[in-house]
Amino acid sequence: MSETRAPGFSNVETTVLGADEIILNMGPQHPSTHGVLRVKLKLDGEKVVASECIIGYLHRGVEKIAEHRTYQQFAPYVDRMDYVAAVSNGLGYCEAVEKLMGVEAPLRARVIRTILTELQRIASHLLWLGTHALDIGALTPVFYCFREREEILKIFEKYCGARLTTHAFRIGGLQYEAYDGMEQDVRRFCDDFATKIDEYEQLLTENRIWVGRTKGVGILTAEDAIAIGATGPVIRASGVKWDIRKAMPYAAYDQYQFEIPTGKNGDTYDRYLVRMEEMRQSRLICLQAIENIPSGPIMARIGKVLKPPPGEVYHSIEAPKGELGYYIVSDGTVQPYRVRIRPPSFINLQAFDRMVRGHLVADVVAIIGTLDIVLGEVDR
Amino acid sequence: MNALVEFFRPHLMPLIYALIIVAVLPLIAGYIVLLERKIMADMQARLGPMRVGPHGLLQPIADAVKLLIKEDIIPENADRWIFWLAPLLSVTAGMLALAAFPFGPGFQIADLNIGLLFILGISSMGIFGIVLGGWASNSHYSLLGALRSSAQLVSYETAAGMAVVAGLLLAGTLSTRRIVEIQAEQGTWFIFLAPIAFFTYLVASIAETNRAPFDLPEAESELVAGYMTEYSGFRWALYFLAEYTNMVVVASVATTLFLGGWLRPFPNVRSLAFLDYVPPLLMLLLAGYCFYRTPRQPTKVQQAFLVAVGLLCLLLGVVLFLPMLPLTFGGIEAPSLKPAIHGGFWFLFKVLVYMYVFMWLRFTVPRYRFDQLMKLGWHFLIPISIVNVMGISIAVVLYREAGWPRGVALFLTTILTLAVAAYLAVVGGRRESATMGGAEGSA
Repeated sequence: MSETRAPGFSNVETTVLGADEIILNMGPQHPSTHGVLRVKLKLDGEKVVASECIIGYLHRGVEKIAEHRTYQQFAPYVDRMDYVAAVSNGLGYCEAVEKLMGVEAPLRARVIRTILTELQRIASHLLWLGTHALDIGALTPVFYCFREREEILKIFEKYCGARLTTHAFRIGGLQYEAYDGMEQDVRRFCDDFATKIDEYEQLLTENRIWVGRTKGVGILTAEDAIAIGATGPVIRASGVKWDIRKAMPYAAYDQYQFEIPTGKNGDTYDRYLVRMEEMRQSRLICLQAIENIPSGPIMARIGKVLKPPPGEVYHSIEAPKGELGYYIVSDGTVQPYRVRIRPPSFINLQAFDRMVRGHLVADVVAIIGTLDIVLGEVDR
Repeated sequence: MNALVEFFRPHLMPLIYALIIVAVLPLIAGYIVLLERKIMADMQARLGPMRVGPHGLLQPIADAVKLLIKEDIIPENADRWIFWLAPLLSVTAGMLALAAFPFGPGFQIADLNIGLLFILGISSMGIFGIVLGGWASNSHYSLLGALRSSAQLVSYETAAGMAVVAGLLLAGTLSTRRIVEIQAEQGTWFIFLAPIAFFTYLVASIAETNRAPFDLPEAESELVAGYMTEYSGFRWALYFLAEYTNMVVVASVATTLFLGGWLRPFPNVRSLAFLDYVPPLLMLLLAGYCFYRTPRQPTKVQQAFLVAVGLLCLLLGVVLFLPMLPLTFGGIEAPSLKPAIHGGFWFLFKVLVYMYVFMWLRFTVPRYRFDQLMKLGWHFLIPISIVNVMGISIAVVLYREAGWPRGVALFLTTILTLAVAAYLAVVGGRRESATMGGAEGSA
């Protein structure tokens, strides 16, 4: 609880209520706190004077569970953290364990991983776009977004049989070969998606009400974003060009050309633009990757029983919501000694308080939406 | 005995009309909801209700039954009496307002000489229901919803009132029936004479009925359900009914004042007489569609139901067709019934078109923030509507007293008002960029 409060900011509880002030409890059951986030707001009329995020309603002890499972057994659990971007979670975990063991997945496996992860990024951003627009009162985009997301989930389903919590990758590479026609499916999706994303922009980007509701709302300066440790679209919209796919390439990202979109003002509108552009870039990465999938094995030579040498490793990837890091300590047995996960949503949520102060209740939901948090990941 | 009959005779027809309206309105409101859900589904690339009855045609009835048998919860800390009274107030106000509308030349409960004033007054009573309900619930969300609602209704009522005044200046009477008759006599609808007044009324009426993009009082994603948060079951249904009744009321005001009430489009143009055939043909088309879809229904029951709907449309089509035939029923010539029969159709048609605009907007645009809403109302709509009223008064004087051609005078007014609107938009834009994100004082 104390981590969600930036130092120097007063607690909602401890400050004395003024004559016109009320405390409003938003959540954990509320239509737009995206799960079970609970926000305590001190309001003067409708203006937010102070805020406090209360989390933990979805705590499942994922990190503790890891200590009692073998390395392979734990892999499906990470899918349940950011459950709208399970593929990305799996990629981060598999690569972290591979790094710990000193093996690398074959190139073919890494390319297929890249394709699926980028599709997952598009799917995650689509879900964000739909719900964010819904929070701000646009009822229609969410259905269009889900229509396209469905196509991506169908590709996942054809690939590994699961749609949401996919467990698509294995430590050391892939369990499944790319299915027949996967290239065509991905290419068809990418071709359609180019016009679809223009459609969404037509609905929102120039819309006066949308601009009015998002521009200048929830400004996060670059300094604040860096101080908090924000990552992903949140920090990029503040003008910091930080993307792990470029900074510390993993999977097969070093082979592809793509841009890192950044914003200027760090407001909700910029974060919207950044994520829209990211979807376009992800589409381009998918197209490049599908162009040339190398042949070869999909699994590295590792034993059936994984016993990484004693030591520790930190590996992070650029998940749709930001830097997703795994810190794993091995004591040489089949089970990790300790797993610590750095979830991007949890860290980004810290920015919430300084973003909502002085805004109205209506902006609070816009800001929760723009942070793009998933409570499964925040609480673990 | 005779004296008693004589006493009640003038009240007999109004009583019947009132009963019809009270009995039919919930049903109509239910079907408007279904229509809205269908339109929403169409815009969102899905089907909407399809389970209850063919194409979901029985959905409103299922919803009503569900709401009636739901547990009736009154929160422990609520003010019981006011909590109980508030939704009733809302519904009553909405329904009372319907009393003064002429749905057809003969179909009117009361032709008041202060008709429009009565409607405006009564329908703004509905705010009490909302404010009291929000207050009595003893919940923060309800209270915030009620506060937003009252501030919003009060501000936009001004703009709506000014728009109505512009129409009244052209009509010269408050009686709803006379307003329509004057439009028939002058051979034009007032929307063509005062387009800006119609536009301001359209925007203000959306805000007054708490519809998107001005649905802040019940903004689902912010205030859960606003003033209705603590309500459930039948009381909630009453609020819902009140909301849709208010929509019908504002649509009826616009229809009566700007869209020529029960008149067919361009009633004085001979060459458009074929429009008289539109209502019966529309019904026949609908019936044809029902029969065409019947074999595709999955179950026998649904097939039978769709046939019944088709037959109903057919019957309506025949009824609408009767006045076109040179027939006589017991001394009444069929063609003389035409205004009565077709008037209802056209009135309802215009009301539905007006409401379609509401729905279309709701599913297209995001929601305004409270300060933006107030800014739009006070800095833009109210000034324009006041300028418009002044302009139209001058125009009326010019063409009635000074003998100017009416079209020229009103055209100049419209241009003047548009210029003011453009100026306001530019100044407002500048002010907005100067004070970005600042919240303005509220209720």
